[in-house]
Amino acid sequence: MKINMPDNKGHFGIFGGRYVAETLMPALIELEEAYRRAARDRSFQKEFRSYLKDYAGRETPLYFAANLTEKFGGARIYLKREDLNHTGAHKINNTLGQALLARRMGKKRVIAETGAGQHGVATATVAALFGMECEVFMGAEDIRRQEPNVFRMKMLGADVTPVTSGTATLKDAMNEAMRQWVARVRDTFYVIGTTAGPHPYPQMVRDFQSVIGREARRQILKKEGRLPDFLVACVGGGSNAMGLFYPFRNDPETAMVGVEAGGKGIATGLHAASISAGQVGVLHGNKTYLLQDKHGQVKDAHSISAGLDYPGVGPEHSFFHAQGRAQYVSVTDDEALAAFMLLTTSEGIMPAMESAHAIAYAAKLAPTLSRDKIIVICLSGRGDKDMGIVAEKMEVKLP
Amino acid sequence: MSRIEKKFRELKAKGEKALILYLTAGDPDLETTEKLILTLDRAGVDILEIGVPFSDPTADGPVIQEAAQRSLRKGTTLTAILKMIARVRKVTSIPIVLFTYYNPIFVYGNERFAGQAKKAGVDGVLVVDLPPEEADELRTFTDPQGIDFITLTAPTTDDRRLEKIVRTSSGFIYYISVTGVTGTKEPEAEAAARDLRRIRKATDLPVAVGFGISTAAQVRKFAALADGVVIGSAFVKWISLHCQEQDFLKQAAAYARELKEATVL
Repeated sequence: MKINMPDNKGHFGIFGGRYVAETLMPALIELEEAYRRAARDRSFQKEFRSYLKDYAGRETPLYFAANLTEKFGGARIYLKREDLNHTGAHKINNTLGQALLARRMGKKRVIAETGAGQHGVATATVAALFGMECEVFMGAEDIRRQEPNVFRMKMLGADVTPVTSGTATLKDAMNEAMRQWVARVRDTFYVIGTTAGPHPYPQMVRDFQSVIGREARRQILKKEGRLPDFLVACVGGGSNAMGLFYPFRNDPETAMVGVEAGGKGIATGLHAASISAGQVGVLHGNKTYLLQDKHGQVKDAHSISAGLDYPGVGPEHSFFHAQGRAQYVSVTDDEALAAFMLLTTSEGIMPAMESAHAIAYAAKLAPTLSRDKIIVICLSGRGDKDMGIVAEKMEVKLP
Repeated sequence: MSRIEKKFRELKAKGEKALILYLTAGDPDLETTEKLILTLDRAGVDILEIGVPFSDPTADGPVIQEAAQRSLRKGTTLTAILKMIARVRKVTSIPIVLFTYYNPIFVYGNERFAGQAKKAGVDGVLVVDLPPEEADELRTFTDPQGIDFITLTAPTTDDRRLEKIVRTSSGFIYYISVTGVTGTKEPEAEAAARDLRRIRKATDLPVAVGFGISTAAQVRKFAALADGVVIGSAFVKWISLHCQEQDFLKQAAAYARELKEATVL
């Protein structure tokens, strides 16, 4: 059976949808129509591709990690190098797409939520590029943890608005961005950074990020003459994972593994593993797996990686999980940190702490597979931004 | 005929408009909420919206966000709110609307919710993040119980969409008078009047106006335009400022009476 989702109301099976207040519905319908037109419009696609190539620096390499393969002693490891994109992560693929769409729709102001600051930086970047006003909502707690990215956004001309409501992290930043969007819905385009939120965002973000999987599929066919046995990617909201997975969805020989943040361990309750340890609920406009208590109140997520620190997950991942099309696992903070060191020392590539989760799971998977198997890992971002956290964990004081 | 429908008919016959007060259940605690409901009923409030606190209230401004947080810290649950409503229902016939986000209901179970809400004496539900496109999954259960499904319309809602919304509404239409979250902007009477004319053309259901109305003077202004006026954030804020005072309930009754007078034209 071929998977072609969502349906025309944005549902992926029982997941997804548009659970928002009426004030936003007209804006979502307008966005959906504008996106549908753009998706069919060759000139839009051409423009998007040209920015991906000449501005973001695509295509990104599919790198055979010989040292890592040797270390794991099993399957052949390929890294899809999204860390080599402009701004250092896959996030730019999506913000370029949405900013081009915003420009088409005549919106001169964009807003975004951000956790680690990567999506905020990617949004501020395209706002600078296209001469748009930009406001980024960021939890006060995250602002403290991610100082350098806050400064980057400000230099790019964005206003960074601290969010102190709730727990002052990513979910609250998203709440606040939605509130601000409601208040200025007529002139503002909300650039959501992941495959979550109300329809059409999960579909639109997936489509913009699918360039990752399309390239990887072409590249692996060229290098190995066949499709990979496994795709492995980290999942917070799930945009890099869906970007990699989606073009392979109808290739039954390729298994997909989404790696959630296990934090201090699932048993401790301090994690961000929505699919592995959550229940179905409704948050931020879509139905999906959530970390929540038995009364439907959303719980805080915990992860060493601010980019995975989200209590929900994109609805299409929930759907892939329910269908059994992809498998979802988790690794702990400590495992991710060890994987960060492993990739840094063995390949000279410093991964983002988010991407280190994918490496950590591959470290468990690869040794169980024979040497003729192939694993493609999405290296979603580079790790420079995580120096503070790594130093803190290693008890090293940075100047 | 539902209690809500009956109330609007009675008011119309008397030449009055409905005063609808919103309060977050469990802020400062459920015991106080229970006493408040009875006090407000006696003071002449026509309809009550009882807010179910949610951790991520994306349509609410700071006042109601904070009230929800305070209530959740007290351990307020939907189960406890329904029990409290069942108690007050024995002694009052004031129409009660549960004002909530969808997740607490969804997790409670839609079918179970419909049954328990009916049993407790809930007259209507207003689920902020359940637009007509998604509402069937709940209404499959609440409609057969005769629970009114109150829907929102906004200044951004165009005529075509308005048709669709009013077709599926019961009880009354809640017109969001500002493009924004609760309690943050003051609505403009002219724009509201224009929208209300559009809504009236589309439906015979009563229309209440809310989101940003805070004073008796504003109540008077908007009561002239609509069938009812909702005070939410302003009242929630008032509760938070006065709930520790000795004669709190007496003050609440006076607060409600002043607003109610403004709905008698």
